[in-house]
Amino acid sequence: MEYGFTIAAYAVAAVLFILSLGGLSGQESAKRAVWYGIAGMAIAVVATLIGPGQGLWVVSLVLIALGAAVGYQLATKVQMTQMPELVAIMHSLVGLAAVFVGINADLMINDIAALYDEAGQVFGAVGPDGFTAIGLPAATYDGLSSFGQLIAKKSGVEIGILRVELVLGIWIGAVTFTGSIIAYGKLAGKVDTSAAKLPGGHLLNAGAAGLSLLFAIMYLAGSGSWTLVLLTLLALFIGYHLIMGIGGADMPVVVSMLNSYSGWAAAAIGFSLGNDLLIVVGALVGSSGAILSYIMCKAMNRSFVSVILGGFGGPAGEQMAVEGEQIAIEADGVAQALNEADSVIIIPGYGMAVAQAQSAVSDLVKKLRAQGKNVRFAIHPVAGRLPGHMNVLLAEAKVPYDIVMEMDEINDDFPSTDVAIVIGSNDIVNPAAQDDPNSPIAGMPVLECWKAKQVFVSKRGQGTGYSGIENPLFFKENTRMFYGDAKASLDKLLPMID
Amino acid sequence: MKIGTPKEVFEGERRVAMTPDSALQLQKLGHECLIETGAGVASGFDDAAYTKAGVEVVKTGAALWKAADVVAKVRAPDDTEMKRLRADQTLISFFSPVADEEKMQAAAKKGATVVAMEMIPRISRAQKMDALSSMANIAGYRAVIEAGNNFGRFFTGQITAAGKVPPAKVLVVGAGVAGLAAIGTATSLGAITYAFDVRPEVAEQVESMGAEFVYLDFEEEQQDGAVTGGYASVSSPEFREAQLAKFRELAPDIDIVITTALIPNREAPEIWTGDMVAAMKPGSVIVDLAAEKGGNCKQTVMDEKIVTENGVTIIGYTDFPSRMGAQASTLYATNIRHLMTDLTPAKDGVINHNMEDDVIRGATIAHASEVTFPPPPPKVNAIAQQKKKPAAPKELSPEEKRAAETAAFKAQTKNQVILLGVGGALVLAVGLIAPASFMQHFIVFILSVFIGFQVIWGVAHSLHTPLMAVTNAISSIVILGALIQIGSTSILITLLAALGIFMASINIFGGFLVTRRMLAMFQKS
Repeated sequence: MEYGFTIAAYAVAAVLFILSLGGLSGQESAKRAVWYGIAGMAIAVVATLIGPGQGLWVVSLVLIALGAAVGYQLATKVQMTQMPELVAIMHSLVGLAAVFVGINADLMINDIAALYDEAGQVFGAVGPDGFTAIGLPAATYDGLSSFGQLIAKKSGVEIGILRVELVLGIWIGAVTFTGSIIAYGKLAGKVDTSAAKLPGGHLLNAGAAGLSLLFAIMYLAGSGSWTLVLLTLLALFIGYHLIMGIGGADMPVVVSMLNSYSGWAAAAIGFSLGNDLLIVVGALVGSSGAILSYIMCKAMNRSFVSVILGGFGGPAGEQMAVEGEQIAIEADGVAQALNEADSVIIIPGYGMAVAQAQSAVSDLVKKLRAQGKNVRFAIHPVAGRLPGHMNVLLAEAKVPYDIVMEMDEINDDFPSTDVAIVIGSNDIVNPAAQDDPNSPIAGMPVLECWKAKQVFVSKRGQGTGYSGIENPLFFKENTRMFYGDAKASLDKLLPMID
Repeated sequence: MKIGTPKEVFEGERRVAMTPDSALQLQKLGHECLIETGAGVASGFDDAAYTKAGVEVVKTGAALWKAADVVAKVRAPDDTEMKRLRADQTLISFFSPVADEEKMQAAAKKGATVVAMEMIPRISRAQKMDALSSMANIAGYRAVIEAGNNFGRFFTGQITAAGKVPPAKVLVVGAGVAGLAAIGTATSLGAITYAFDVRPEVAEQVESMGAEFVYLDFEEEQQDGAVTGGYASVSSPEFREAQLAKFRELAPDIDIVITTALIPNREAPEIWTGDMVAAMKPGSVIVDLAAEKGGNCKQTVMDEKIVTENGVTIIGYTDFPSRMGAQASTLYATNIRHLMTDLTPAKDGVINHNMEDDVIRGATIAHASEVTFPPPPPKVNAIAQQKKKPAAPKELSPEEKRAAETAAFKAQTKNQVILLGVGGALVLAVGLIAPASFMQHFIVFILSVFIGFQVIWGVAHSLHTPLMAVTNAISSIVILGALIQIGSTSILITLLAALGIFMASINIFGGFLVTRRMLAMFQKS
């Protein structure tokens, strides 16, 4: 097949990818959109396989089939509560693949340079027009793979650019790789979720970044491939240390940030390979991740930098003392209030996912809705550990999506609501964000559930949540604390709803 | 501990301090419950109901006082009951430490502990045992019902085939618990309700109940309600004059007046004067909830209903809660039960009379052979200090609004132009040094980022997780790079490329499959 056909196929694939992302604007169109994505990927891979210069296509097919088998296993076995972990670990694969492709490009440059030496020519030398490369003798040239030919044609300046691109690709890919693995570990509970840094903290990161820059310059100046290896190792360290220093509650930002990085890595690799489809897709994914990070940061009223630097900033002054007491309530009291209520809003948080309580919540909602009550869910943008995490969990438990509301849609409805139930969330319902200018989360948009006539908080026990910020909601007069594991509490509550 | 409730000896008292429901809850705390035979009959709880709830029915009052460690009742004890009170016994009832000072001294001398329900401090933690509030709530409701009973017309306005009926106009003076309950009842019956209180901060509560707050044309620095525990205090003579003038203006229009104005430890202030009564229409009704303390209207006769010369009915009953025996008993018994919960923190049936506790300390007027009244001021303020209200945002005129919009638009334009300028300059700078072959790819990159930003903003919030899974799957497009490289002659390159293909394809299949799985779960109801 001709090279032109491959390019045409790439154009079709690029359009399909854009459609597949655009289709995610609605639940129904999303189901169609994912097929566009699949078709786009299939076209791109097939076009590359049958395209010019591809050797070993049998091996490639076998490898793809093996990868498919593993991917299938992963995708069908994963629990919906483990989605954040799965997404994180998949990012690490993209990152690593990008590193490999980048290193390959460097190896190929070295090979071509050796060939030039053999032919007694200077690699990258240009002809009389000033920019067209002189090139290898035809016999040697024809013996190269298509990737080799691509590089062999390049002029000196182009080789320089190529090196910048592959350095970028490798660096971003390596940071994504270790960063994603640590994020996976934190999400899966295999690594301590609190923010932990080596002595030196961010200076260490800055130092490593500075060193990487130095090695990058040395590499570009022609110091040889060993600088590239060191640079990769430094990037791996930065990825590890950066994410280690970020706490569990900031994971939505981290995961979407890594998502963005994996896209930029792909785009950088696309540049070095001169492949437009890689550039297009990399840019799409990169901007998607960047927007998600932005939305998450905005929902926490924090700047991207402060999230990456880890931990909450110190409070500006004395925090307001919380007065009153937390009043506990048993299941029968909650059941009575629910039986009498006409409108109920449920606010799920990470605690619901931890307790695997989503199906119990769904059963409760079914029962309440069967009685003709107006039951809805209020989802804060940063509830859970992944953007949109709660929506997916509720969807898994067969909660219809049209009763699942965003914060802005439902915040005005709390004053006219009889009962608000908070299940495993804390900071996202903290009134201190509005009332106390000295609170660490002051100014963060929160769900105003305390405006409901009655609030029940399902919580494991007394004590503050992840962020360690006291929550005045628990001390309000209309709040009752429903202590215990969320799932066990709901199971106790369910039979009492008639 | 044995908790006993005798029959109320005060004539006409229908309430009882223990109901079968509250007895069940008390038993959960580890207590035994006793009740005098027939104690709950007037409130509709017969002995059988108590027996069923596990309460021991005791034949006489004397036997009950003898057997019980804790006596819970409604009215303050009379002389006979004072004789029955013994050392180490706890008495919980209404018990005014001022009016019944001698009894308090006697009880302390005997070594008995007395918990006075009206002394429960008004802090939020103690609301569940605040019997004054629960009784006031009933009084407010009942006041409207009594007024309706003596008022010859509908509350709600109607247009019927037989003619038009104007709605009744109700004025509630004093928006405490009783006042608010009266407002709620009157508005839900359909009356046009006005309310007044010397504390302007309650205007919001009044309006939330559906009544109209009567404002005075009077500027005075009001004392913060927080200082007095939420109660009203004496107002200045000028303020009083302004208030009376307003009432005089309203009097001819109002059909029903319900007064609830009380200042703690003082005689009730006169707020509905004789000339206002004279100005009212015949058939109007005044319910004076302050009758016990002399009445807000001087013509009120305590515990009686009178009709004035011009046909205005003035009701001065003081036993409104008792008139609703079943409801009042249920609420009062629950207040007692909550108090007992605080007194038995371990739920083991042993009373721990913790004098360090603000609520228990405040309500206890005799303990360990000593009079413990008056209590020290509570450590917690009942109501948070009023915050200085921020200056209300100025209502913008259309021109100002337009100006603000134009300014915002200009700022936005400026931002955009700067952004475009800087971005454009950067791209041009790159173009100066980079070769054309690079710039061809660069243009693709810039446009893709642009498309990405446009497309992703449209993605629904609820689909962010599927979005991440899909972008994750398609970012495996790096597989193309590996596919091109695998044909290389170098073994190392081939190996790395092979690994790259393998990992990327895991991602492709895993990512798309899991996205499909997720999307299939989103169901419409």
